[in-house]
Amino acid sequence: MNGPIKRAAVACLAMFALLMINVNVLQAINAGKYRDDARNTRNYYDRYAVQRGRITAGGKVILAQSKEAKGDFKFLREYPEAELYAHLTGFFSPESASAIEASQNKMLDGSSPDLLLQRGIDLFTGEPTRGANVDLTINPKAQKAAYDALKQSGKRGAVVAMDPKSGAILAMVSLPTYDPGELSGTNKGQVFGRYDELAKQKSQPLLNRNIDRTYPPGSTFKVLTAAAFLEDDSSRDAQTVVDAPQVLQLPNTTAGLPNYGGAACGSGQVTLVFALEKSCNTPFGSIGMDLGYDKMNEQLTKFGAGQPLAVPMSVATSSFGEKEDQAAVAQASIGQRSVQMTPLQMAMIAAGIANDGTVMKPYLVNKITDAKGDALDEADPEEFSEAISSETAGKLRDMMVSVVANGTANRAQIPGVDVAGKTGTAETADGQPPHAWFISFAPANDPKIALAVLVESGAAKVGAEATGGGTAAPIAKVVMEAVLNQ
Amino acid sequence: MSEVAEASVTMPAKRRVAQLAMLAFAVAIVMGAYANVGLAMGGAIPSGMLTYGLGLGALMLAAYLVLARFAPWADPLILPLVTLINGLGLVMIFRLSESPSTLPSAKLASPSTQLMWTFVGILMFSLTLIFLRDHRALQRLTYTAGAVGLILLISPLTPFLGQEINGARIWVGIPGVGQIQPAEFAKLALVVFFAGYLVAKRDVLALAGRRLLFIDLPRARDLGPVLITWGVSLGVLVMQKDLGSSLLLFGTFVAMLYIATQRSSWVIIGILLFVGGAIMAGMLFNHVQQRFNVYLNPGDPVLFDAVGGSAQLMQGLFAMGSGGILGTGLGQGHPELIPLAFSDFIFPATGEELGLTGLMALLMMYALLVERGLRTSVAARDPFSKLLAGGLSFLLAWQVFIIVGGVTNLIPLTGLVTPFMSQGGSALLSNWILIALLVRMSDAARKPPPQAIQNEGMTQVFQR
Repeated sequence: MNGPIKRAAVACLAMFALLMINVNVLQAINAGKYRDDARNTRNYYDRYAVQRGRITAGGKVILAQSKEAKGDFKFLREYPEAELYAHLTGFFSPESASAIEASQNKMLDGSSPDLLLQRGIDLFTGEPTRGANVDLTINPKAQKAAYDALKQSGKRGAVVAMDPKSGAILAMVSLPTYDPGELSGTNKGQVFGRYDELAKQKSQPLLNRNIDRTYPPGSTFKVLTAAAFLEDDSSRDAQTVVDAPQVLQLPNTTAGLPNYGGAACGSGQVTLVFALEKSCNTPFGSIGMDLGYDKMNEQLTKFGAGQPLAVPMSVATSSFGEKEDQAAVAQASIGQRSVQMTPLQMAMIAAGIANDGTVMKPYLVNKITDAKGDALDEADPEEFSEAISSETAGKLRDMMVSVVANGTANRAQIPGVDVAGKTGTAETADGQPPHAWFISFAPANDPKIALAVLVESGAAKVGAEATGGGTAAPIAKVVMEAVLNQ
Repeated sequence: MSEVAEASVTMPAKRRVAQLAMLAFAVAIVMGAYANVGLAMGGAIPSGMLTYGLGLGALMLAAYLVLARFAPWADPLILPLVTLINGLGLVMIFRLSESPSTLPSAKLASPSTQLMWTFVGILMFSLTLIFLRDHRALQRLTYTAGAVGLILLISPLTPFLGQEINGARIWVGIPGVGQIQPAEFAKLALVVFFAGYLVAKRDVLALAGRRLLFIDLPRARDLGPVLITWGVSLGVLVMQKDLGSSLLLFGTFVAMLYIATQRSSWVIIGILLFVGGAIMAGMLFNHVQQRFNVYLNPGDPVLFDAVGGSAQLMQGLFAMGSGGILGTGLGQGHPELIPLAFSDFIFPATGEELGLTGLMALLMMYALLVERGLRTSVAARDPFSKLLAGGLSFLLAWQVFIIVGGVTNLIPLTGLVTPFMSQGGSALLSNWILIALLVRMSDAARKPPPQAIQNEGMTQVFQR
């Protein structure tokens, strides 16, 4: 009987060999296929297995943190400031992330190569790996002031403020907003349902209006036209007299370019500073036509438009528009027609003028520290572009101070501080209320803050027409005070 | 078949010290694994580790002492191997119960019950060794064993007592005790029956009938027993929807038939009958058909979402894929995501945390255990022992092949417990008795034969 027993033994060995080969195929050869299968929810549990780092503002206010939890998930993400910083922190959902949560993900979850050494040490000491903490350049007071003021207007809009000397972003608010906590839960059905709901809303709360989309800048763009005009000939200054007809005749078209409300602008021959104070359309349309598309476009590019930019979230591209006829250049030179700007780009123009003509690269991440508090990375301010000469910057600064002191932007005045600014009221489609703009910086002689405020054509309060001076300037004033008074 | 015993037979060593050392090593590995789970999941050595570890250690020491006293010549490898497999099963069940998840795989895992059943299993192991001094006594109980096996097998069909769980009617509820799976005990009784029956009938069954292409077919009138077993297996499949036990029983019978008769024609007839039965079952029953579809296309999204579809199997494969070569480490994966991770799917759950490395070691341990059993069968001195040892060893191998092959999608999935690992008292008890029988037979096989009295006239002592 031993013969068949031995053959049975061989058969048993063959069965075990088959099992072993199969296990090798599963766990060595095809392992990746099963590991990465979308239906393998382990990847989703792993997202919550690491204690992500904190996101803070100004080194103290906690915007996002991971708290240890009981149950299926080890750590849950929470956002103590909720809506206030939503577009900055972003959310951390079961399958995706946005804003800082996305762009600094490798630092926050500790998987970055910069943390390799720390992970190695953790492996030996048995400490669980913890992500690095990310501190933002945001000034919490300015952020809160901007949020409250914009919210009070009851409209959609955006406020972005930066330190003109370094490029550090001090405040960035976009309304309407959302609660990132709602999009960071672990219940997929609930999170994705809420996301779809938000994504479908006409008011687009998920959008960071400062960097994700562009708007016609309206009269705030006249600052850029003035800059190009002054740069073109260094003998020109605020007192240079320019043509200011009631209606500017545009070539090859029967339509003319009027002033706001069809009003006259002085006596038809005005100084540049007067044209800016009163925000006349005709002189700047005429200047733009005289300079031509190329010079206007070149000046805008010098302020940074058209260059790729990440703060670290990538910023939509601002542009002067495609080259068309002279009539188009005239309209674009007063911030209408084809010209499209992000609020951040407008803030960069204000900041460039404030910083003697040099635009600093805007940035949000101030400092990255490991779990023990040792710095891994610190922001290093860098020049983004040389926009204008310091002489031109000086002339523009004085003119913008005059706009606030004597012109359309008197509601941005701060007692005891020279504020430089420019209002804008951008027409959108016919019959639609316009977008209200304001760009400014202060104090004019030693700028600490430069900012742009945009209030969208308001769906909220029907009938109450927004203007740059009436709606946007008071918001800017509050934000500037928050930074200057501390 | 018989050989003249030689006076200078090399005496197999008892190797009791080596056995004790291996046993201690097995218990040490299990205790290390407990500590590992606790450190990974709670950051501390689990408070119950001493209870579990020392409990297991004390149980194994007791089993060892019984073995040393009542079966001193037994194969030294069998007990340590079973200890390690049983211990790793306990650790996995402990690990699943420690999971904070609210999934059933975490909630239903109960390490304390399993430890209790391990204790009862070792008690049964010891009692079998103490009271069954000569396993050949079982040969006299051939037909009793057959009747008991059959009754146990059909007992879940009795009204009121039988219970259907997870679609299979294989449970009997005993008031005050809980549920038992009688098929687990039936398989032991039936193997005893097969061994006794085949020893008696093997000469007849081995008679050649017609010759067809190189194969000697058995005589048609001898087909009776194989047809009856086939019928019973199909009955189990149809009435209890228990694919696993059906396949286990029939396969073991065919293997024993082959060992008894040396006729490969029986294997071929067995395979043909099985394939025929399977095709018939596939056409008649939806659940068999669906199992087969799942086997062919486990990743299919429609089957994945279907009720009773491939989701369970795929969860096991996801676990193994995520574990990779080295595994996540005990306590650091998500085996609780696999439905039934504490019972049928304990193998992929182990694969996630111990990786390919761990599974290869585990399969190697099973293979060693089976081969030690078959070695006992080769060394046994009488046909009944040879058939019983061979049958029990094959049963073990075949069971591991069916369930592990099923959960790794090597063959269509049929539910069976993974011997010594899956949570469940019936299986643990019956498998410990199986091991006791193997130990008893290996003791008998390795014991030095009584000294032959040479040169006493023409008398010769024959050894069978």
